[in-house]
Amino acid sequence: MLDRPTRPAPSIEDRETPATFTGHRGLDHEEPLLFEIGRLDASGVDIEEPAPFPPRLGGLERTEPIGLPGLTEPEAVRHYVRLSRRNYSIDAGLYPLGSCTMKHNPRLNEKLARLDGFADIHPLQPQSTAQGALALMEELSRWLLALTNMSAVALSPKAGAHGELCGLMAIKAAIRARGEEATRNVVLIPASAHGTNPASAALLGFSVRIVPAGEDGVVPAGAVEAALAPDVAAIMLTNPNTCGLFERDIVEIARLVREAGGYFYCDGANFNAIAGVARPGDFGVDAMHINLHKTFSTPHGGGGPGAGPVVFSERLAPYAPVPFLRRDGETLHLVEHTDGTESFGRMTAFHGQMGMFVRALAYILSHGADGLAQASRDAVLSANYVRASLRDTMTQPFGDRVCMHEVLFDDAWLRGTGVTTLDFAKAMIDEGYHPMTVYFPLVAHGAMLIEPTESESKASLDLFIATLRDLAASALAGDRDRFTQAPRLAPRRRLDETLAARKPVLRWSADRA
Amino acid sequence: MRYHPMSEADRKDMLGVIGVGSVAELYADAPARMLSIDGFDLPGGKTELETERLLGAMAARNTPASRAPFFLGAGAYRHHIPASVDHLVQRSEFLTSYTPYQPEIAQGTLQYLFEFQTQVAALTGMEVANASMYDGSTACAEAVLMAHRLTKRRKAVLSGGLHPHYAEVVRTVSRMAGEEVATLAPDVFAKEDLVAEIDDSVSCVVVQTPDFFGNLRDLSALADACRRHGALLIGVVTEVVSLGALTPLGAMGADIVAAEGQSLGNALNFGGPYVGLFATRQAHLRQMPGRLAGETVDADGRRAFVLTLSTREQHIRREKATSNICTNSGLCALAFTIHLTLLGERGLRRLARVNHANAVSLADRLARLANVEVLNATFFNEFTLRVRGDAARIVEEMAARGVLGGVPVSRLLPNAGLDDLLLVASAETNTDEDRAALAAALEGAH
Repeated sequence: MLDRPTRPAPSIEDRETPATFTGHRGLDHEEPLLFEIGRLDASGVDIEEPAPFPPRLGGLERTEPIGLPGLTEPEAVRHYVRLSRRNYSIDAGLYPLGSCTMKHNPRLNEKLARLDGFADIHPLQPQSTAQGALALMEELSRWLLALTNMSAVALSPKAGAHGELCGLMAIKAAIRARGEEATRNVVLIPASAHGTNPASAALLGFSVRIVPAGEDGVVPAGAVEAALAPDVAAIMLTNPNTCGLFERDIVEIARLVREAGGYFYCDGANFNAIAGVARPGDFGVDAMHINLHKTFSTPHGGGGPGAGPVVFSERLAPYAPVPFLRRDGETLHLVEHTDGTESFGRMTAFHGQMGMFVRALAYILSHGADGLAQASRDAVLSANYVRASLRDTMTQPFGDRVCMHEVLFDDAWLRGTGVTTLDFAKAMIDEGYHPMTVYFPLVAHGAMLIEPTESESKASLDLFIATLRDLAASALAGDRDRFTQAPRLAPRRRLDETLAARKPVLRWSADRA
Repeated sequence: MRYHPMSEADRKDMLGVIGVGSVAELYADAPARMLSIDGFDLPGGKTELETERLLGAMAARNTPASRAPFFLGAGAYRHHIPASVDHLVQRSEFLTSYTPYQPEIAQGTLQYLFEFQTQVAALTGMEVANASMYDGSTACAEAVLMAHRLTKRRKAVLSGGLHPHYAEVVRTVSRMAGEEVATLAPDVFAKEDLVAEIDDSVSCVVVQTPDFFGNLRDLSALADACRRHGALLIGVVTEVVSLGALTPLGAMGADIVAAEGQSLGNALNFGGPYVGLFATRQAHLRQMPGRLAGETVDADGRRAFVLTLSTREQHIRREKATSNICTNSGLCALAFTIHLTLLGERGLRRLARVNHANAVSLADRLARLANVEVLNATFFNEFTLRVRGDAARIVEEMAARGVLGGVPVSRLLPNAGLDDLLLVASAETNTDEDRAALAAALEGAH
């Protein structure tokens, strides 16, 4: 492990940066809002005015100004480049956000997604002219089904939460087909679940029943058994769970739920721990979404786009949404209408996130089965290495035990220091790191969930660990300023979030400026 | 493997620190009999060159719009995207960052979202907009759910001019959630009487302009009728370039606007990823779905931006959230906002005029053909043709002759008796030669 001696702490005054005339600080440029620098008559696009012609707009022409300032190309490039430099990114540094899987985004994937044959084709052009696109979707499906050992896949869901909705709608359709819709209206969800799980269930009119986890952080089969009743439609379980632990009783839980007439929805957000190593279908899962923007490296893009294909067991497969693929000899078809099927319907205008499918398949083919397994093992190894390197200092809510691809700490070790989880996270920013996921899952007090992923070298992990140890030592030694005043070195210091919520300003307006 | 930085020696050292003999021991909680890759009958990894060849071959089997006179629309439009847009969205700091949960080091994303929200509000004529939805169709379904929450009613009325897939998405969610939807018959000539459908049980009316068949609709009278009955008017736009030429929905009285923003900055991508726009009135703010970037100050009093009103959202409110949405379309919203910034007011208006001019020119040309009838009295850049025979077959025939000649209505409405209708869109990307090629292909089709 890298052993970096603690630097002498500079005094607060030394850390103050001098005021500048421009407000910029070296490479860190302040950038005004577009509306403060743009002009209504400026444009970065040359378009020739059409010759006069009789319009066919039926008197609905826009008469008032829209209020859209423009920039010429050099101004626009500078505006957005300067904005970009105020963001942290996985390309620039370790991004240990637990449950988010911020792994390297290969640039080959970007290149391939931009090929004309993928990017410049229309979702409704004749299918005879898009056989390559359908073949790509078929190949991606084949891999997703093999990696999960499931029967069918719905590619159209646009993100993880959309996938949850997809899985639950298939479950509801299956229950409806059994004539039990009126009586089966409860979904079991553990307290450690992502917020999307209860939100998705509620959106479809299910009520949520919380299943308690055991003292070891996993859901015991007994707790599920106790919660099961004839009103249970499904359980939504994340595996590995958001505490970074493999749900040890998963097979038994699946059996119990199935025997009680319910379905097993698995939140696949943490698939990166087991892809290529274990198959959810073997556990008894009925439906699971796969976040292509996590496990399969499609970029998060500052909050999307994602893609959340859902794999189904045989008993849910008939209810999968349209469109789906059907092969007829050499030809592939998209079935776009529900007539003559048991499909629950359509979830989105077209066929899903094709641009993400290309990237994900490029990632999968590059890895192959062995490479995917290696990625999962390295992710798990890295998380455990972080755990083992910090366990003497930081506390874990469920004791020191083997974790999967992410490790969960709580704030018990900070008690009495006056430093909170949030303070600790903000101090990481000054050290050049994006903080880990904080205050989630809710089952750990002051949670810090660290997911290093397989993309980090050992040297990178060592510096990260040494940094956290140095911060921990400071906190325990009473250097509160390093935390409560942090971040000092970022483009902004801590924000007044209360002000933002109390008097919401959600757009620029001329009268306020 | 080129993406894995750890060496075997590193792995061994790390196992030593952890205190286990093998990685397999780390999977001790998983059922042992299920831990094996024996069941994976899948190939090994490929080099960058091999991967490129394989996917390149798949891409080559498709006919891209760049290789054919191209006239498809129906909710996805091919516009010219300035080169700087794609360059900027590929900046590492935009492409490879997460949702801006740590605002001090995410001001780039937060500021462009704030600018995006301002642009969307201006474009739609609404007071506030969110930071994007997955696409127009899901934005539309979310708008209906929001209207139900606001009105405490459970019945939506969908116009027959609404994009059929949008209507299906709304119906799917509503059917599953036990809510009522009345869908009017396909309305080729924008003649339906939506006002007659509204009573005090109706939560919202969903109407699109330009509608699916290309007709432009004045929503003012409908907005009045909605207001009289305490229902909300949801306006849908699938071609946002039209907003450079047309009265905005807000000015016509819409309460919520759900739109597809793909036309600006985003390629066709065979249907996704796209970007849903969602705008409403200030009064309805707290029932909005999705993320919102808001202005505030930092500890030094400097202006800064932050995700706000998150008590509406699933990660705080869980089953009581206004939506389950988490990941949205951040990078597509960025492409949208950059393209719109490059256009500016002047550019967008001119782009809209060119689109309309090209469509008028195409409509006039096609109207002269003996076997084709232009059905629209009004349109922006897309209109409906009645052809002789089956439009789907004619489209296949044209494709075989190298022309991507439009979308047969039957592709989306298979059993509606509209097999002879063809939707044709013409953007700035079409040339006179393209239009001549389409006319010739249609004339020769039978």
